[in-house]
Amino acid sequence: MTGPRTPEIPAELQAVWQALEVLADPEIPVVSLRELGILRGIRQTDAGLEVVITPTYSGCPAMGQIEDDVRALLQQQGWDAKVVTQLSPAWTTDWMTPAAKDKLRAYGIAPPQACAEHAADHGGASRVLRFAARAAATEAIPCPRCGSSLTTETSHFGSTACKALYKCLDCQEPFDYFKPY
Amino acid sequence: MTTATPAATASVDYLLHLADNALVLGQRNAEWCGHGPILEEDIAMANISLDLIGQARLLYQAAAEQMGQGTTEDRLAYFRDVPEFRNYTLLELPHSPPLAGTAASDRDYATTIVRNFLYSALMVMVWESLQQSRDSQLAAIAAKSLKEVRYHLRHARDWLIRMGDGTEESQARAQSALNHLMPYTQEFWTASAFEQAAQSDGTGLDMAALKTDWQALVQDTVAEAQLQTPPSKGFVPTGKHGVHSEHLGFLLAEMQGLARAHPQANW
Repeated sequence: MTGPRTPEIPAELQAVWQALEVLADPEIPVVSLRELGILRGIRQTDAGLEVVITPTYSGCPAMGQIEDDVRALLQQQGWDAKVVTQLSPAWTTDWMTPAAKDKLRAYGIAPPQACAEHAADHGGASRVLRFAARAAATEAIPCPRCGSSLTTETSHFGSTACKALYKCLDCQEPFDYFKPY
Repeated sequence: MTTATPAATASVDYLLHLADNALVLGQRNAEWCGHGPILEEDIAMANISLDLIGQARLLYQAAAEQMGQGTTEDRLAYFRDVPEFRNYTLLELPHSPPLAGTAASDRDYATTIVRNFLYSALMVMVWESLQQSRDSQLAAIAAKSLKEVRYHLRHARDWLIRMGDGTEESQARAQSALNHLMPYTQEFWTASAFEQAAQSDGTGLDMAALKTDWQALVQDTVAEAQLQTPPSKGFVPTGKHGVHSEHLGFLLAEMQGLARAHPQANW
Protein backbone atom coordinates (compact mmCIF):
# COMPACT_ATOMS: atom_id res chain seq x y z
CA MET A 1 0.00 0.00 0.00
CA THR A 2 1.41 3.37 -1.03
CA GLY A 3 -1.09 5.62 0.65
CA PRO A 4 -0.45 7.57 3.81
CA ARG A 5 -3.57 6.33 5.56
CA THR A 6 -2.23 7.36 8.95
CA PRO A 7 0.05 10.25 8.15
CA GLU A 8 2.79 11.12 10.58
CA ILE A 9 2.02 14.43 12.16
CA PRO A 10 4.83 16.34 13.88
CA ALA A 11 4.14 16.95 17.57
CA GLU A 12 3.90 20.71 17.19
CA LEU A 13 1.14 20.33 14.60
CA GLN A 14 -0.91 17.81 16.54
CA ALA A 15 -3.26 20.49 17.86
CA VAL A 16 -4.20 21.59 14.34
CA TRP A 17 -4.59 18.00 13.21
CA GLN A 18 -6.88 17.22 16.15
CA ALA A 19 -9.00 20.28 15.42
CA LEU A 20 -9.44 19.18 11.79
CA GLU A 21 -10.78 15.84 13.01
CA VAL A 22 -14.23 17.35 13.53
CA LEU A 23 -14.65 18.01 9.81
CA ALA A 24 -17.07 15.56 8.25
CA ASP A 25 -17.73 14.71 4.64
CA PRO A 26 -20.43 17.13 3.41
CA GLU A 27 -22.32 14.34 1.68
CA ILE A 28 -21.88 11.56 4.27
CA PRO A 29 -21.74 13.42 7.58
CA VAL A 30 -21.12 10.32 9.73
CA VAL A 31 -17.50 9.98 8.60
CA SER A 32 -14.68 12.48 8.99
CA LEU A 33 -12.45 13.71 6.19
CA ARG A 34 -9.49 12.01 7.87
CA GLU A 35 -11.27 8.66 8.10
CA LEU A 36 -12.13 8.84 4.40
CA GLY A 37 -8.51 9.53 3.51
CA ILE A 38 -9.31 12.93 2.00
CA LEU A 39 -7.35 14.81 4.65
CA ARG A 40 -3.87 13.74 3.76
CA GLY A 41 -1.51 15.62 6.02
CA ILE A 42 -0.28 18.83 7.44
CA ARG A 43 3.18 20.31 7.12
CA GLN A 44 5.26 23.33 7.93
CA THR A 45 6.91 24.76 4.81
CA ASP A 46 8.93 27.91 4.14
CA ALA A 47 5.72 29.44 2.84
CA GLY A 48 3.87 28.62 6.08
CA LEU A 49 1.51 25.95 7.30
CA GLU A 50 -0.05 23.72 4.64
CA VAL A 51 -2.98 21.34 5.01
CA VAL A 52 -2.99 18.75 2.24
CA ILE A 53 -6.21 17.30 0.86
CA THR A 54 -6.78 14.95 -2.04
CA PRO A 55 -9.76 14.77 -4.38
CA THR A 56 -11.78 11.57 -4.44
CA TYR A 57 -13.32 11.43 -7.93
CA SER A 58 -11.87 14.09 -10.26
CA GLY A 59 -15.31 15.58 -10.76
CA CYS A 60 -16.57 15.27 -7.17
CA PRO A 61 -18.70 18.38 -6.55
CA ALA A 62 -18.09 18.10 -2.80
CA MET A 63 -14.40 18.96 -3.13
CA GLY A 64 -15.06 22.71 -3.27
CA GLN A 65 -17.14 22.46 -0.11
CA ILE A 66 -14.48 20.36 1.61
CA GLU A 67 -11.77 22.87 0.80
CA ASP A 68 -13.95 25.72 2.10
CA ASP A 69 -14.72 23.79 5.29
CA VAL A 70 -11.04 23.16 5.98
CA ARG A 71 -10.14 26.78 5.30
CA ALA A 72 -12.99 28.10 7.46
CA LEU A 73 -12.02 25.92 10.40
CA LEU A 74 -8.36 26.95 10.18
CA GLN A 75 -9.37 30.60 10.07
CA GLN A 76 -11.77 30.23 12.95
CA GLN A 77 -9.02 28.68 15.06
CA GLY A 78 -6.67 31.48 14.12
CA TRP A 79 -4.20 29.39 12.13
CA ASP A 80 -2.70 30.98 9.08
CA ALA A 81 -2.57 27.99 6.77
CA LYS A 82 -2.94 27.23 3.10
CA VAL A 83 -5.04 24.35 1.74
CA VAL A 84 -3.11 22.39 -0.87
CA THR A 85 -4.67 19.83 -3.23
CA GLN A 86 -2.43 16.89 -4.02
CA LEU A 87 -3.33 14.31 -6.68
CA SER A 88 -0.62 11.71 -6.27
CA PRO A 89 -0.82 8.98 -5.10
CA ALA A 90 -4.41 8.84 -6.31
CA TRP A 91 -7.03 8.51 -3.61
CA THR A 92 -8.40 5.03 -3.10
CA THR A 93 -11.21 3.67 -0.95
CA ASP A 94 -8.57 1.31 0.52
CA TRP A 95 -7.45 4.26 2.67
CA MET A 96 -10.75 4.34 4.47
CA THR A 97 -10.31 3.31 8.11
CA PRO A 98 -12.13 0.23 9.46
CA ALA A 99 -13.96 2.55 11.87
CA ALA A 100 -15.21 4.61 8.92
CA LYS A 101 -16.46 1.48 7.21
CA ASP A 102 -18.41 0.51 10.32
CA LYS A 103 -19.95 3.98 10.48
CA LEU A 104 -20.94 3.82 6.82
CA ARG A 105 -22.63 0.47 7.39
CA ALA A 106 -24.51 1.79 10.40
CA TYR A 107 -25.60 4.76 8.28
CA GLY A 108 -27.08 2.39 5.66
CA ILE A 109 -24.29 2.51 3.08
CA ALA A 110 -22.46 -0.73 2.28
CA PRO A 111 -18.74 0.05 2.68
CA PRO A 112 -16.35 -0.55 -0.23
CA GLN A 113 -14.65 -3.90 -0.68
CA ALA A 114 -10.86 -3.88 -1.07
CA CYS A 115 -9.64 -2.78 -4.46
CA ALA A 116 -5.89 -3.13 -3.92
CA GLU A 117 -5.73 -5.93 -6.47
CA HIS A 118 -7.23 -3.62 -9.10
CA ALA A 119 -4.80 -0.91 -8.17
CA ALA A 120 -1.92 -3.31 -8.77
CA ASP A 121 -3.49 -4.31 -12.04
CA HIS A 122 -1.65 -1.83 -14.23
CA GLY A 123 -0.50 -4.33 -16.82
CA GLY A 124 -0.99 -4.36 -20.56
CA ALA A 125 -3.99 -4.69 -22.78
CA SER A 126 -4.67 -8.29 -21.82
CA ARG A 127 -5.45 -7.02 -18.34
CA VAL A 128 -7.63 -4.30 -19.77
CA LEU A 129 -9.60 -6.93 -21.60
CA ARG A 130 -9.94 -8.99 -18.50
CA PHE A 131 -11.08 -6.03 -16.45
CA ALA A 132 -13.60 -5.06 -19.07
CA ALA A 133 -15.14 -8.51 -19.09
CA ARG A 134 -18.70 -8.41 -17.93
CA ALA A 135 -19.28 -7.92 -14.27
CA ALA A 136 -20.34 -11.51 -13.60
CA ALA A 137 -17.41 -12.15 -11.28
CA THR A 138 -18.08 -9.35 -8.82
CA GLU A 139 -18.26 -10.45 -5.23
CA ALA A 140 -21.38 -10.32 -3.11
CA ILE A 141 -21.99 -7.03 -1.33
CA PRO A 142 -23.63 -7.69 2.06
CA CYS A 143 -26.78 -5.72 2.80
CA PRO A 144 -25.99 -3.04 5.43
CA ARG A 145 -29.39 -3.59 7.07
CA CYS A 146 -29.87 -7.34 7.39
CA GLY A 147 -26.38 -8.60 6.48
CA SER A 148 -27.63 -10.93 3.74
CA SER A 149 -25.24 -11.45 0.86
CA LEU A 150 -28.15 -12.11 -1.51
CA THR A 151 -28.00 -8.69 -3.11
CA THR A 152 -28.08 -7.40 -6.66
CA GLU A 153 -26.80 -4.29 -8.41
CA THR A 154 -29.65 -2.12 -9.66
CA SER A 155 -27.38 0.48 -11.19
CA HIS A 156 -23.62 0.95 -11.18
CA PHE A 157 -24.20 4.71 -10.99
CA GLY A 158 -26.07 5.99 -7.96
CA SER A 159 -26.92 9.17 -6.11
CA THR A 160 -23.30 10.36 -6.12
CA ALA A 161 -20.27 9.46 -8.23
CA CYS A 162 -18.86 7.26 -5.47
CA LYS A 163 -21.92 5.06 -4.95
CA ALA A 164 -23.80 2.33 -6.79
CA LEU A 165 -27.41 1.39 -6.20
CA TYR A 166 -28.06 -2.10 -4.82
CA LYS A 167 -31.05 -4.05 -3.64
CA CYS A 168 -31.23 -6.73 -0.97
CA LEU A 169 -33.12 -9.79 -2.16
CA ASP A 170 -33.83 -10.92 1.40
CA CYS A 171 -35.12 -7.84 3.19
CA GLN A 172 -36.00 -6.14 -0.13
CA GLU A 173 -34.43 -2.84 0.93
CA PRO A 174 -32.61 -0.79 -1.69
CA PHE A 175 -29.24 0.53 -0.47
CA ASP A 176 -26.20 2.51 -1.58
CA TYR A 177 -22.87 0.76 -2.05
CA PHE A 178 -19.72 2.86 -1.76
CA LYS A 179 -17.80 1.58 -4.81
CA PRO A 180 -14.16 0.52 -4.55
CA TYR A 181 -12.09 3.19 -6.34
CA MET B 1 10.74 2.31 -11.65
CA THR B 2 14.46 1.54 -11.46
CA THR B 3 15.81 4.49 -13.37
CA ALA B 4 15.07 8.05 -12.43
CA THR B 5 13.64 9.83 -15.42
CA PRO B 6 14.32 13.55 -15.52
CA ALA B 7 11.24 15.67 -15.12
CA ALA B 8 9.69 17.50 -18.05
CA THR B 9 6.57 19.54 -18.63
CA ALA B 10 3.93 18.56 -21.16
CA SER B 11 3.27 21.25 -23.76
CA VAL B 12 0.20 23.44 -23.48
CA ASP B 13 -1.07 22.11 -26.82
CA TYR B 14 -0.82 18.54 -25.64
CA LEU B 15 -2.58 19.27 -22.34
CA LEU B 16 -5.30 21.17 -24.18
CA HIS B 17 -5.79 18.26 -26.56
CA LEU B 18 -6.40 15.89 -23.64
CA ALA B 19 -8.53 18.45 -21.79
CA ASP B 20 -10.65 19.39 -24.81
CA ASN B 21 -11.35 15.71 -25.51
CA ALA B 22 -12.70 15.27 -21.99
CA LEU B 23 -14.62 18.54 -21.89
CA VAL B 24 -16.31 18.21 -25.28
CA LEU B 25 -17.41 14.63 -24.66
CA GLY B 26 -18.47 15.56 -21.12
CA GLN B 27 -20.61 18.40 -22.50
CA ARG B 28 -22.10 16.16 -25.20
CA ASN B 29 -22.98 13.37 -22.78
CA ALA B 30 -24.49 15.88 -20.36
CA GLU B 31 -27.14 16.63 -23.01
CA TRP B 32 -28.80 13.45 -21.80
CA CYS B 33 -29.31 14.95 -18.36
CA GLY B 34 -33.07 14.91 -17.86
CA HIS B 35 -33.58 13.14 -21.21
CA GLY B 36 -32.03 9.72 -20.55
CA PRO B 37 -33.81 6.69 -21.98
CA ILE B 38 -34.27 5.35 -18.44
CA LEU B 39 -33.58 6.92 -15.06
CA GLU B 40 -30.52 4.77 -14.32
CA GLU B 41 -28.93 5.73 -17.64
CA ASP B 42 -29.74 9.38 -17.12
CA ILE B 43 -27.80 9.21 -13.85
CA ALA B 44 -25.01 7.12 -15.35
CA MET B 45 -24.45 9.62 -18.14
CA ALA B 46 -24.47 12.55 -15.69
CA ASN B 47 -21.91 10.70 -13.53
CA ILE B 48 -19.69 9.99 -16.53
CA SER B 49 -19.91 13.62 -17.64
CA LEU B 50 -18.95 14.73 -14.17
CA ASP B 51 -15.83 12.57 -14.29
CA LEU B 52 -14.89 13.84 -17.74
CA ILE B 53 -15.38 17.48 -16.81
CA GLY B 54 -13.39 16.87 -13.61
CA GLN B 55 -10.54 15.43 -15.66
CA ALA B 56 -10.74 18.37 -18.05
CA ARG B 57 -10.51 20.81 -15.13
CA LEU B 58 -7.34 19.22 -13.80
CA LEU B 59 -5.76 19.35 -17.26
CA TYR B 60 -6.86 22.95 -17.89
CA GLN B 61 -5.45 23.94 -14.50
CA ALA B 62 -2.11 22.40 -15.48
CA ALA B 63 -2.17 24.21 -18.84
CA ALA B 64 -3.23 27.51 -17.27
CA GLU B 65 -0.43 27.37 -14.74
CA GLN B 66 2.06 26.95 -17.54
CA MET B 67 0.56 29.75 -19.63
CA GLY B 68 0.70 32.19 -16.72
CA GLN B 69 -0.43 35.81 -17.25
CA GLY B 70 -3.55 35.24 -15.21
CA THR B 71 -4.85 32.41 -17.41
CA THR B 72 -7.50 30.33 -15.66
CA GLU B 73 -9.23 27.04 -16.36
CA ASP B 74 -12.43 29.00 -17.03
CA ARG B 75 -10.75 31.15 -19.67
CA LEU B 76 -9.56 28.03 -21.45
CA ALA B 77 -12.95 26.36 -21.36
CA TYR B 78 -15.19 29.34 -22.06
CA PHE B 79 -13.21 31.90 -24.04
CA ARG B 80 -11.57 29.94 -26.82
CA ASP B 81 -13.18 29.54 -30.24
CA VAL B 82 -13.61 26.51 -32.48
CA PRO B 83 -10.18 26.63 -34.22
CA GLU B 84 -8.43 26.69 -30.84
CA PHE B 85 -10.07 23.47 -29.65
CA ARG B 86 -7.88 20.38 -30.08
CA ASN B 87 -10.37 17.57 -29.44
CA TYR B 88 -10.97 14.63 -31.77
CA THR B 89 -13.84 15.34 -34.18
CA LEU B 90 -15.47 12.08 -33.03
CA LEU B 91 -16.28 13.62 -29.67
CA GLU B 92 -18.14 16.69 -30.91
CA LEU B 93 -20.62 14.89 -33.18
CA PRO B 94 -24.27 14.99 -32.12
CA HIS B 95 -25.92 11.90 -30.62
CA SER B 96 -27.46 10.96 -33.93
CA PRO B 97 -26.89 9.17 -37.22
CA PRO B 98 -25.04 11.05 -40.00
CA LEU B 99 -28.05 13.09 -41.05
CA ALA B 100 -28.23 14.94 -37.78
CA GLY B 101 -31.47 15.68 -36.09
CA THR B 102 -31.63 18.77 -33.96
CA ALA B 103 -34.37 18.04 -31.45
CA ALA B 104 -33.73 16.23 -28.18
CA SER B 105 -36.16 13.55 -29.33
CA ASP B 106 -33.88 12.75 -32.27
CA ARG B 107 -31.02 11.68 -30.02
CA ASP B 108 -29.92 8.12 -30.51
CA TYR B 109 -28.55 6.32 -27.46
CA ALA B 110 -26.70 3.75 -29.57
CA THR B 111 -24.56 6.56 -31.00
CA THR B 112 -23.80 7.73 -27.46
CA ILE B 113 -22.84 4.25 -26.30
CA VAL B 114 -20.73 3.40 -29.34
CA ARG B 115 -18.81 6.67 -29.09
CA ASN B 116 -18.22 6.24 -25.34
CA PHE B 117 -17.05 2.71 -26.02
CA LEU B 118 -14.59 3.65 -28.78
CA TYR B 119 -13.18 6.56 -26.77
CA SER B 120 -13.04 4.82 -23.37
CA ALA B 121 -11.30 1.80 -24.93
CA LEU B 122 -8.64 4.21 -26.18
CA MET B 123 -8.34 6.23 -22.99
CA VAL B 124 -7.89 3.18 -20.75
CA MET B 125 -4.69 2.58 -22.70
CA VAL B 126 -3.69 6.24 -22.96
CA TRP B 127 -4.08 6.98 -19.24
CA GLU B 128 -2.36 3.75 -18.33
CA SER B 129 0.63 4.79 -20.40
CA LEU B 130 0.60 8.42 -19.24
CA GLN B 131 1.02 7.30 -15.64
CA GLN B 132 4.69 7.06 -16.67
CA SER B 133 4.74 10.52 -18.22
CA ARG B 134 7.82 12.56 -17.35
CA ASP B 135 5.41 15.36 -16.44
CA SER B 136 4.59 14.36 -12.87
CA GLN B 137 1.37 16.37 -12.74
CA LEU B 138 0.13 14.76 -15.95
CA ALA B 139 1.11 11.35 -14.55
CA ALA B 140 -0.94 12.07 -11.41
CA ILE B 141 -3.96 13.14 -13.48
CA ALA B 142 -3.57 9.97 -15.56
CA ALA B 143 -3.61 7.75 -12.46
CA LYS B 144 -6.89 9.30 -11.31
CA SER B 145 -8.47 9.33 -14.76
CA LEU B 146 -7.57 5.69 -15.35
CA LYS B 147 -9.68 4.60 -12.38
CA GLU B 148 -12.65 6.43 -13.86
CA VAL B 149 -12.32 5.53 -17.51
CA ARG B 150 -12.19 1.85 -16.55
CA TYR B 151 -15.78 1.89 -15.39
CA HIS B 152 -16.80 4.17 -18.26
CA LEU B 153 -15.51 1.42 -20.55
CA ARG B 154 -17.34 -1.25 -18.59
CA HIS B 155 -20.58 0.72 -18.82
CA ALA B 156 -20.32 1.35 -22.57
CA ARG B 157 -19.17 -2.19 -23.29
CA ASP B 158 -22.04 -3.75 -21.35
CA TRP B 159 -24.57 -1.63 -23.19
CA LEU B 160 -23.03 -2.21 -26.59
CA ILE B 161 -23.30 -5.97 -26.05
CA ARG B 162 -26.84 -5.62 -24.75
CA MET B 163 -27.86 -3.56 -27.78
CA GLY B 164 -26.02 -5.64 -30.39
CA ASP B 165 -27.23 -8.90 -28.93
CA GLY B 166 -30.68 -7.47 -28.27
CA THR B 167 -33.67 -6.78 -30.48
CA GLU B 168 -33.68 -6.20 -34.23
CA GLU B 169 -34.13 -2.50 -33.61
CA SER B 170 -31.32 -2.18 -31.05
CA GLN B 171 -28.98 -4.24 -33.18
CA ALA B 172 -29.67 -2.15 -36.28
CA ARG B 173 -29.06 1.06 -34.35
CA ALA B 174 -25.85 -0.20 -32.77
CA GLN B 175 -24.54 -1.37 -36.14
CA SER B 176 -25.39 1.86 -37.88
CA ALA B 177 -23.73 3.86 -35.07
CA LEU B 178 -20.59 1.73 -35.46
CA ASN B 179 -20.60 2.25 -39.22
CA HIS B 180 -21.05 5.98 -38.75
CA LEU B 181 -18.42 6.53 -36.07
CA MET B 182 -15.65 4.04 -36.84
CA PRO B 183 -14.04 6.11 -39.63
CA TYR B 184 -13.61 8.99 -37.17
CA THR B 185 -11.31 6.83 -35.03
CA GLN B 186 -8.61 7.16 -37.72
CA GLU B 187 -7.76 10.44 -36.09
CA PHE B 188 -6.46 8.55 -33.03
CA TRP B 189 -3.49 7.17 -34.97
CA THR B 190 -2.24 10.04 -37.12
CA ALA B 191 0.11 11.89 -34.82
CA SER B 192 -0.02 15.67 -34.80
CA ALA B 193 3.10 17.78 -34.28
CA PHE B 194 2.30 18.29 -30.58
CA GLU B 195 1.73 14.58 -30.03
CA GLN B 196 5.03 13.76 -31.73
CA ALA B 197 6.79 16.34 -29.58
CA ALA B 198 5.18 14.92 -26.43
CA GLN B 199 6.24 11.42 -27.42
CA SER B 200 9.84 12.40 -28.01
CA ASP B 201 10.25 14.43 -24.82
CA GLY B 202 8.68 11.64 -22.75
CA THR B 203 5.64 13.56 -21.57
CA GLY B 204 3.33 11.81 -24.03
CA LEU B 205 3.20 8.42 -25.73
CA ASP B 206 3.32 6.67 -29.06
CA MET B 207 -0.36 6.52 -30.03
CA ALA B 208 0.23 4.28 -33.04
CA ALA B 209 1.64 1.63 -30.69
CA LEU B 210 -1.79 1.31 -29.04
CA LYS B 211 -3.62 0.56 -32.28
CA THR B 212 -3.30 -3.24 -32.24
CA ASP B 213 -4.48 -3.59 -28.64
CA TRP B 214 -7.30 -1.12 -29.22
CA GLN B 215 -8.49 -2.98 -32.33
CA ALA B 216 -8.37 -6.28 -30.44
CA LEU B 217 -10.47 -4.87 -27.62
CA VAL B 218 -12.97 -3.35 -30.04
CA GLN B 219 -13.22 -6.47 -32.15
CA ASP B 220 -13.64 -8.69 -29.11
CA THR B 221 -16.60 -6.63 -27.92
CA VAL B 222 -18.15 -6.14 -31.34
CA ALA B 223 -18.04 -9.89 -31.91
CA GLU B 224 -19.60 -10.59 -28.51
CA ALA B 225 -22.30 -8.09 -29.41
CA GLN B 226 -23.03 -10.05 -32.62
CA LEU B 227 -22.11 -7.01 -34.70
CA GLN B 228 -19.73 -6.46 -37.62
CA THR B 229 -16.61 -4.31 -37.36
CA PRO B 230 -16.95 -1.82 -40.20
CA PRO B 231 -13.92 -0.71 -42.18
CA SER B 232 -12.18 2.35 -40.88
CA LYS B 233 -11.21 4.29 -43.96
CA GLY B 234 -11.84 7.45 -45.93
CA PHE B 235 -11.33 11.03 -44.82
CA VAL B 236 -9.19 11.37 -41.70
CA PRO B 237 -10.78 13.99 -39.43
CA THR B 238 -8.69 16.94 -38.29
CA GLY B 239 -10.30 18.09 -35.04
CA LYS B 240 -7.09 17.97 -33.03
CA HIS B 241 -5.53 20.36 -35.57
CA GLY B 242 -8.34 22.82 -34.91
CA VAL B 243 -10.28 22.06 -38.10
CA HIS B 244 -13.61 20.78 -36.86
CA SER B 245 -17.00 19.66 -38.08
CA GLU B 246 -19.86 22.17 -38.14
CA HIS B 247 -21.17 20.69 -34.88
CA LEU B 248 -18.54 22.00 -32.46
CA GLY B 249 -19.61 25.62 -32.88
CA PHE B 250 -23.14 24.83 -31.71
CA LEU B 251 -21.85 22.83 -28.76
CA LEU B 252 -19.55 25.68 -27.70
CA ALA B 253 -22.30 28.27 -28.17
CA GLU B 254 -24.43 26.44 -25.64
CA MET B 255 -21.56 25.74 -23.26
CA GLN B 256 -19.90 29.17 -23.42
CA GLY B 257 -22.93 31.43 -23.85
CA LEU B 258 -23.50 32.22 -20.19
CA ALA B 259 -19.85 32.83 -19.34
CA ARG B 260 -19.44 35.12 -22.35
CA ALA B 261 -22.61 37.08 -21.62
CA HIS B 262 -21.39 37.75 -18.06
CA PRO B 263 -17.60 37.59 -18.34
CA GLN B 264 -16.88 38.89 -14.84
CA ALA B 265 -19.57 36.88 -13.11
CA ASN B 266 -18.83 34.83 -10.04
CA TRP B 267 -21.03 32.07 -8.74
